Order: sequence, then C-alpha cells, then structure tokens
Amino acid sequence: MIAAPADDEPLIRWDWLARNADDIGGMLADHVYLSVVPVVIGLVIALPVGLACARWRWIYPPVLAVTSLLYALPAIALFVVLIAFTGLSHTTVMIPLALYTLSVLVPGVVDGLRAVPDHVRQAAVAMGFGPLRRLVQVELPIAVPVVMAGLRVATVSNISLVSVGALIGIGGLGELFTDGFNRDFPTPIIAGVVLTILLAVAADGLLILVQRLLTPWSRQ
Amino acid sequence: MITFEGVSKRFPDGTVALDDVSLECATGEITVFVGTSGGGKTTALRTVNRMVEPTSGRVLIDGADVRDRPPAELRRGIGYVIQQAGLFPHRTIADNIATVPYLLGEGKKRARARARELMERVGLDPALAGRYPAQLSGGQQQRVGVARALAADPPIMLMDEPFSAVDPVVRGELQAEFLRLQAELHKTIVFVTHDIDEAIKMGDRIAVFRTGGKLVQFDTPKNLLAAPADDFVADFIGYDRGIRRLSFVPAAELELDDRAVLPENASVAEARATGADWVLLTDSGRRPLGWVAVSGLATDRSLQHMPRAPLGHTFNVRADSARAALDAAVLSPSGLAVGVDDDGVVVGVASPLDLTNAIGRESAR
Ligand SMILES: Nc1ncnc2c1ncn2[C@@H]1O[C@H](COP(=O)(O)OP(=O)(O)O)[C@@H](O)[C@H]1O
Ligand SMILES: [Mg+2]
Repeated sequence: MIAAPADDEPLIRWDWLARNADDIGGMLADHVYLSVVPVVIGLVIALPVGLACARWRWIYPPVLAVTSLLYALPAIALFVVLIAFTGLSHTTVMIPLALYTLSVLVPGVVDGLRAVPDHVRQAAVAMGFGPLRRLVQVELPIAVPVVMAGLRVATVSNISLVSVGALIGIGGLGELFTDGFNRDFPTPIIAGVVLTILLAVAADGLLILVQRLLTPWSRQ
Repeated sequence: MITFEGVSKRFPDGTVALDDVSLECATGEITVFVGTSGGGKTTALRTVNRMVEPTSGRVLIDGADVRDRPPAELRRGIGYVIQQAGLFPHRTIADNIATVPYLLGEGKKRARARARELMERVGLDPALAGRYPAQLSGGQQQRVGVARALAADPPIMLMDEPFSAVDPVVRGELQAEFLRLQAELHKTIVFVTHDIDEAIKMGDRIAVFRTGGKLVQFDTPKNLLAAPADDFVADFIGYDRGIRRLSFVPAAELELDDRAVLPENASVAEARATGADWVLLTDSGRRPLGWVAVSGLATDRSLQHMPRAPLGHTFNVRADSARAALDAAVLSPSGLAVGVDDDGVVVGVASPLDLTNAIGRESAR
C-alpha cells in the first residue's frame, strides 16, 4: 500500500513523506480514535466504580487488585486472546486500552474523593447538603484535579500503546513502524515516532488547558 | 432556647461521649462548652443539628424536638462554624458565603449582593469576593466561615473551636469583633472551646465538660471563677483564677484614695505631710504627670524640680475592671494604680491591698 523504497537512502526521504501524506494522515486520525475512545469509555466506567469504592471502602482492595492485575498484563497477550472473540477489528485494540485506562482512573477517582478534606465534607453536611447534592456540588468538583492527573497519564500511555496494535495490523501510526522495519526503511519509522510524540504532547497540553478551565481555584 | 434533656450518646464502639447531659442555652446568649479534649463538647454541639443522634434523651429548640424536623431542613436554619473554616476550595469567597441561600433556592444575584454586605460586616474587604479560599490567610478564612454561617440569618449558631487555629493576636481580634457583632445580632450561640480564657471572654454562661461526657458545672463565668464545683473545675480554670475574678469586679467599686495626689507646684513639705512614700503629681487640669519618691527629698523646694518616675499606665474608673487596676498597680513604680475618669482626670489611687478587699466584698455577696 505504500510506495517501495530504493537502496542507500538518506535518514529521511521528504519526497516519500509528501507522496504518502494522505495515508499518514489517515493513520494519525485512526491513532487518535483508537486512543481517545478507550479513555472516554474507561472514564465512564471508572466514575461509578470509583464512587462505589469510595462509598463502600471494603470493595476497594479487591477492585484495586483486579485493576493492578489488568495493568500488568502485556497488551499483545490481550490482543491475541481477544482476536478469538472480536477478530482483527478496532474493538480488539480498544478493549485492552480501555482496561488500562480503567486501572489508572479507578484509583484516581478514589484518591480524588479521599482528597476532599474531612472538614469540608463536615461543613457541607452541617449546612444542609443531602448526599447526592454533596457529591455533585462539592466532592466531585474537588476531586477533579486528581482525576485529571489520572486522565493525562491514561491518555498519554494509550497514545503510545496503540502502536502495539500494529502487530495485529491495527495500530494507527504504529503501522509506520511495521512498514519501516519490514522494508529496512527508516523514513516511516522516524515519522511514526515524531508524530506519536507530537500527538501525546498535544493531547496532554489540551488536557492541561481543560483542567485550568475546570479548576481555576486549584492554581497557586 | 436550646434545651438538652438528659442527653446521652454511646458510639457503636462503646465510647460514651455524653452522659446524661441536661442544660438550657438561653435565647440571644452565648453558651460556651469548655473542657478537656474528648469531653464530648463537639458531640453535644452536633446533637443540636442532628449530625449526632443521642442514644437517649432529647434536644429541643424552642420546645420542639429536633428529631421532628428533617436533618437537611433543620441544618439550613442553623449556622455552623468550625476550626479549619471548612470552606469549599472550588468556590469563590462570595459563593462560599452564599452557600445556604443557594440551597434555599435564592437567586445568584441577590445572594452575592448579600455576601458582599456580610463580608463588610465581618471585617473583610468586599474586593476579595472573587478570590478562592486558598488565596486568603487563616484569619480571613475564619471570617468567611462566620459570614457563611450568618448568610441565611439563622437564629442559632453552632461554633466548634472557631478561633483555635489562628495565632493569638488574630484570635484576640476575631473574638472582640465577634462579640461586637453578637451585641447587634443577639443570636443564640453554642460555642465550643478547650481554652478557659476564651470561654470566660466569650461566654454568657459556661458549661464545663469532663472526660466521659459529664457536665460538671453550668454557670456564669463569674460564679465559675468564684465557686468551682469541684477540684476538676478548679484545676481546669487554673491557678490564676483569683486574678481572673478581678475581671468581674468593676473598677468603679474600688475605694480610691486621693491623699497622695498633689499639684506639681506643691512643696516638699506638703508631700511629707501626706505620710505617703510616693506622691502623684498632676498638672493644673489634675491630669497625672508622674510619681515622686518622698524619702530623701531636699526641703524648701517645689516638687516641680524633683526627679520623677514615669506614670506607667492608668485605669479608667468607669469602664475598666479591677483586673486592669491590678495590672496598673503591678507596673507602677509606686506600686499604686492610678484611676482616671473619661477625661483623663485623676480620681484617686489604689493599692493591691485595696483590690484584694474589693474581691473580698464581691465574694461576700
Ligand atoms: N464517630 C465517633 N465514633 C466513636 N467515638 C467517637 C466518635 N466521635 C467522637 N468519639 C469519641 O467521643 C468522645 C468525645 O468526643 P468529642 O465530642 O469530639 O470531644 P471534644 O469535642 O470534647 O474533644 C471522644 O472519646 C471521642 O473519641
Ligand atoms: Mg471537639
């Protein structure tokens, strides 16, 4: 699918990049999709799980054990297992990434809620907040900085992990690596590395911006 | 009025935090709960707004059992101030103060306008309205805590060691300002502290708690100092309770002596004639100038030219207490306290012995 290289190449062949810009753009879009969707799914699941763990303290240790175990599993092993169920699809790559996100965000939500000072919680109760209102208007907003820190870690690590999917043919920019290695051709490899890093930096910067908008109070 | 009727609290772990406590907190007064740490003061306070439910006994507000009202609704009508202020870090100062009005459904605009008004009332610059709590000093945060408790104008305020976390100078200011505010507002206040000085300063009545949640004495500050119920209370009040009691003897009750008060142009012979060791010189308007030691004075000269010891400080016979008079006596070179009226004119002097006699008369009543 990508034009063949010649021998004795310079490190980067700009003309090759120019000729394949469209394909590379498609891979970039794919990469963003493959890394961001699992973060969103992970967050949507981590919130209620984290809330439950903060509410009923006894379920947190087992939940934490499971999420730590998930985090320790090699991505490639998960891909191979999942192929049997979901085939060579985007889903196969996104499920492990969503699980990784979950394993970072569940502790993030729990730690965030635990970071709410006891005197603040007491004051909320004493002023007549009911439990739900207290959660939504006081505890969750105060947990935002800690949750956002987890979200940044999950997003950046997902962006780097997506490339592993290239080993089963679905890896966004990672496909540039397999292509370059297969043909002993450095240009796509370097392009893949640089774009992955840029994407990670851009995503992190965006999240920092979002956090500043959400929590103007937490600076200083 | 808040009434505690045989209130006991045993926590599920077996701790007895309150043991059959009965007392009445009068409307418009500050009732202080004081005592050793773990004595049940906070627990007692929290039975009023149902943050703690008694194991037995009842708490009544103006005769109605607090358990007959839903907790959230009850709490919105009771101001609450705690040690670390408990401000919401994610809300601005104005929005923190407006918390209860918001809960009661008041509009943002009105609630914020009232918040600014309250900021001025508690001595905060309204320019701070848009800041966040972390940008304020401890003393300022505590003022916000008080403003927040006042926002919905509740008749009752519960204050749990509200000024304990700030340094002594700021604490003194906060106490004085709060008393000034209370003189205008006449809230029914329950005020918890572990500091007996603060209790005596703030309280109209003081309830002393000891470990095990026992109420050992409930009395006015004056009576507490004059007649501690037992050794625990006496120990708790401290060795200087005699001197503290002087705070409750108005200086106006002291018998002042003006025989040793002389105009500065008096002669040495006149000074000798007083029979006193020291004489106080005054100007033509009878305002005090300084002390002259009578012994060793050369004869024939006007006192004007004799070496003078500085005055030290005086006490106001109308406004001050005997404690201020004692302080003036201790710091005076002559050992005598100089009493002046509102215009600074000398009324007379008092010795520490005169002060002791005044306490004697006070306790004989
Ligand atoms: N929720 C609780 N569970 C068990 N024991 C408690 C609880 N709250 C307070 N206590 C205990 O009750 C006693 C009184 O506590 P508290 O009312 O906080 O005392 P104080 O405010 O006078 O220092 C203490 O021994 C304390 O440890
Ligand atoms: Mg306490």
